[in-house]
Amino acid sequence: MSQQMQLEDLAAVLRECAGESENAALSTAALDVSFADLGYDSVAVLETTARIERDHGVVLNEESVFEAETLGQYLALVNAALADSTRAT
Amino acid sequence: MSADASQSVITGIGVAAPNGLSVKAWWNAVLRSESGIRRIGRFDPDRYPARLAGEIRDFVDADHIPGRLLPQTDRVTRLSLAVAREAIDDAGVDLEQLPRYAAGVSTASSAGGFEFGQRELQALWSKGGQYVSAYQSFAWFYAVNTGQISIGHDLRGPSGVLVTEQAGGLDAVAQARRRLRRGSELMITGGVDSALCPWGWTAHLAGGRLSTGDDPTRAYLPFSADASGEVVGEGGALLVLERAAAARARGARVYGAFAGYAATFDPPPGRGGTPQLARAVELALADAAMTPDQVDVVFADAAGDRAADRAEAEALTRLFGARGVPVTAPKTMTGRLSAGGASLDLAAALLALRDQVVPPTVNVTEPADDCPVDLVTGRPRPLRLRAALVLARGRGGFNAAAIVRAVP
Repeated sequence: MSQQMQLEDLAAVLRECAGESENAALSTAALDVSFADLGYDSVAVLETTARIERDHGVVLNEESVFEAETLGQYLALVNAALADSTRAT
Repeated sequence: MSADASQSVITGIGVAAPNGLSVKAWWNAVLRSESGIRRIGRFDPDRYPARLAGEIRDFVDADHIPGRLLPQTDRVTRLSLAVAREAIDDAGVDLEQLPRYAAGVSTASSAGGFEFGQRELQALWSKGGQYVSAYQSFAWFYAVNTGQISIGHDLRGPSGVLVTEQAGGLDAVAQARRRLRRGSELMITGGVDSALCPWGWTAHLAGGRLSTGDDPTRAYLPFSADASGEVVGEGGALLVLERAAAARARGARVYGAFAGYAATFDPPPGRGGTPQLARAVELALADAAMTPDQVDVVFADAAGDRAADRAEAEALTRLFGARGVPVTAPKTMTGRLSAGGASLDLAAALLALRDQVVPPTVNVTEPADDCPVDLVTGRPRPLRLRAALVLARGRGGFNAAAIVRAVP
């Protein structure tokens, strides 16, 4: 059983890495909300990705990371990587 | 003398200083001769040969900085953003009404975001590269304060940073004036600096000029026979600079005009030649179309080093005569603020013009015999003031002189 990341987990990591969003949308985060809507730029995504990779021992595909516009798309990438790493062990 | 419509005037001021956070708090403290120099509280200074600094103690980051910016900003950037906000509010200007590329930012910096850099270097060497913040890529950088102010207020005009140590606080404002002359309508300009973490402290110590005394009232005594070095601090000032015509058109309150400026460079040590500070003053006076007798007060660089104090006193004597003009160093209450110091002196000069009073030099009772300057010591001196000269010398040979003048 792989440890899947939930939306609220991602919101917490984002907050910790890139600061509280000025847009309250993060507290009611939906999968179709974009990073841009929340005021997070590419460096925020980079910092968040580094943290997730470090904490979970996974590597996310760099290009895919920057193509992910919404929290849902990004979460799918993370969970695919988590599932891969679980299968590998 | 009426204000030339094309000249650059100051319409807004923001300040963060060890003896007061905000223009009002700082200026009130200055006129009460209250110093912000104390034993360092940010880290334990016991193991270091110098232990005094001018720290800003009442800045609560989250009160001034949006949450989104906290992970990506050094203390110097947070201070800069708060000071820029105060200056813009003070100017009463609606930046959104300006054309899209009409306003820019010109600041001075001497070391960038040192505290942020220290934390990330510690993470790198103790835990590894994957623990270093992606924000380190820009958070340390000299231009970061200009950048964050520009982003925060959507100021898309020509912007930049000057790195000339203490002289930067004047050089940046001169660069802003150039921008106004080339068509920009408004500039946020000046300097706020801070490097009071252990890594920054090590750099200050390596500079070799820090006073090692423990008595805050005796450590930094510019022009005194007992001068034994400098105390450094953090903070500075940012100004809103506009063309006089634009300021008048919107009915802005004007503090004064940035009427004259020049920069010179000293010859390398040990190769002969003479210091060029006096030359900078002569050129600044020529730029302002003024004569020395029209200068009512001088805000000195005030190094606190015997040789450097003598050199400054000599320059002043040559231009104004012995004890020929009131001289002051309110930085005796803050310590020397690197790129922020001369900008804070500009702010002090403008408020001196407003209130018709020379702010005091504290702790120095009288200048040394070989520094024949009319130093305003102990308490403020009420005086009729029309123009003030601000001097700054930056490590490495930078000299700058600026003149601010009352606008009728």
